[in-house]
Amino acid sequence: MNKVLAQQPDAASAAATPVIEFRGVTKRFGALTVLDDFNFAVAPGEKVTLIGPSGSGKSTVLRILMTLEPFQEGQLTLAGIPYHEPHGKGPFRASDRHLHQIRSHVGMVFQSFNLFPHMSVLRNVTEAPVAVLGLSRAEAECRAIDLLRMVGLADKKDHYPAQLSGGQQQRVAIARALAMRPRVLLFDEPTSALDPQLVGEVLGVIRNLASEHDLTMLLVTHEMRFAREVSDRVCFFDKGRIVEEGEPERIFTAPAEPRTREFLQSVLG
Amino acid sequence: MDWLTYLPSLAQGALVTAWITLASIAIGAALAFAAGIARVEGGRAVSTLALCYTEVFRGTSLLVQLFWLYYALPLVGLSFDPVTTGIVGLSLHVGAYGSEIVRGALSAVPVAQREAARALNFGRVHTLVRICLPQAIVEMMPAFGNLAIETLKLSSLVSLISIADLTFRAQSIRNITLDSATVYTLTLVGYFLMSLVLMLAMRLIERMVRRGAAFPRAAHA
Repeated sequence: MNKVLAQQPDAASAAATPVIEFRGVTKRFGALTVLDDFNFAVAPGEKVTLIGPSGSGKSTVLRILMTLEPFQEGQLTLAGIPYHEPHGKGPFRASDRHLHQIRSHVGMVFQSFNLFPHMSVLRNVTEAPVAVLGLSRAEAECRAIDLLRMVGLADKKDHYPAQLSGGQQQRVAIARALAMRPRVLLFDEPTSALDPQLVGEVLGVIRNLASEHDLTMLLVTHEMRFAREVSDRVCFFDKGRIVEEGEPERIFTAPAEPRTREFLQSVLG
Repeated sequence: MDWLTYLPSLAQGALVTAWITLASIAIGAALAFAAGIARVEGGRAVSTLALCYTEVFRGTSLLVQLFWLYYALPLVGLSFDPVTTGIVGLSLHVGAYGSEIVRGALSAVPVAQREAARALNFGRVHTLVRICLPQAIVEMMPAFGNLAIETLKLSSLVSLISIADLTFRAQSIRNITLDSATVYTLTLVGYFLMSLVLMLAMRLIERMVRRGAAFPRAAHA
C-alpha cells in the first residue's frame, strides 16, 4: 500500500543526506522549555507524522522550520543550509536575506487556513509566485489553475475565502503553499479547525500528495488512522522530545514506550 | 431681508474653511499613515519618534499650537502666511489623531495573516502593502470619517490667527450689525451643510475602499 516506504527502508533513509536535521535544538518561551536538546532528521521525500499530547512541542518543530519562531541552542539545517548564521544577529541569528533563502524551500499549511480574505482564490494562489518568484501573471495563473484542479476547486477560482467552506479553504491553502514549489511542506493540524464532515476532503488531498509526489512532508495531526495510512514514520512527542518513533504499523500496533501506549489508548479509545 | 446681504461674505468665508479643511485632511491623512505605520513596523528609533509626535500633538491644545506656529515661530525666523500656518497646524493635529487610527487598525490584523505572508516568503513591504493595509484600511474608514468632520469643526480655530474663514466672517458681520441670532444661525447652518457634504464624501470613499478590498464580510469561522 505504501510504495515509498517499501522502496525506502529505515536504514536507507537514515543513510541518505537528510533534508531536515535538528541537532540538540533547544527552544524556550521565557522559563518554559518547549524543545529540549531535540534531535531529529528527515530524509528527502519522507512523510513523517508528529503525534503526541498538546503542548508537547510538535507544532513548535514546524514553526521553527518555517522561521516563525527562533530557537536558542543547537543546530538546524534545511537542505544543508544552517538556520543560524555564524555572525547572525537578532532572535533568529540570521539576516532577512538568509531567512528568505531558507523559506524558499519550505511551505506551510496552517490549522486555521490563513487565506488572505481580501483576495480571490486565484489571487491567493498567484500572489506569492508573482511577487516572490517573479513569475508572470499568466504563468502563475497557469500554475494556480493546475493546482486548483488538483485540489478539486478550479471552478471556485473567482470566489473569496469567506464564500468557501472550511474544507475548501484548506484545500486552497494547500494549493497556495504548493504554488511556491517547496521541497518541504509542513502541515500544522490541517484538519483540526474543520467540521467532522469536511475532514475527509482535506485528508484526501494530502493523501494524494503523499502518494504522488516526492515532496518531503511533515505532518502534525490528531487523525491517527490517517497518520498510520500516509506516513513512512511516526514520531511520538512528549515534553519537548521524541519519546518513540518508527514505522506506523509498529507504533500503532506495538508501541514500546508506556507513554506512547497511554497516549494512543486515550486518543483511539 | 438682512440675512441675504450677509450671504456673500459668509460664502467667501466658507470657501476658505473648505479649503483649509480639505488640505488639512489630505496632508493629515498622509502624516497619519506615515506615523501609524512607523509605530507598527518601524524599528525602535522610528517608532519612538512617531510616538512622540502623536503624543505631543494629541496632548496639547490645538489653539495654542496655532498661536505658537503663528506668533512664536516667526521669532526664530520662520514665518508663513496665516492660511499656510493654519493648514500646517491642523494637519499636524489630524495626523496625530489619525496615526492612532492607523496603528490600531494595523495591529488588529490577525497575526496569522502575517505568518501566512511570511510562510509564502513575502518581504516586509509587500506584507504591509498587499496583505495588512488592504485589510486594515476597511477598519479605519469609519474612524477617519469622524476625524474628517472633527477637522472641519476644529478649523474654526484658525479664525483666531486672522484667517478670514467662516467663523471669522461671522464675527466681523456680527460686530458691525450686532445681529447675533441671524449671523450665528447662518454660520451653524453653513458648518452643518459642509459637514453633510463631507460625511457623504467619506461614505462614498468608504464604499470604494470596501469594494477595492473586495471581500464580503461574511461570518468568519
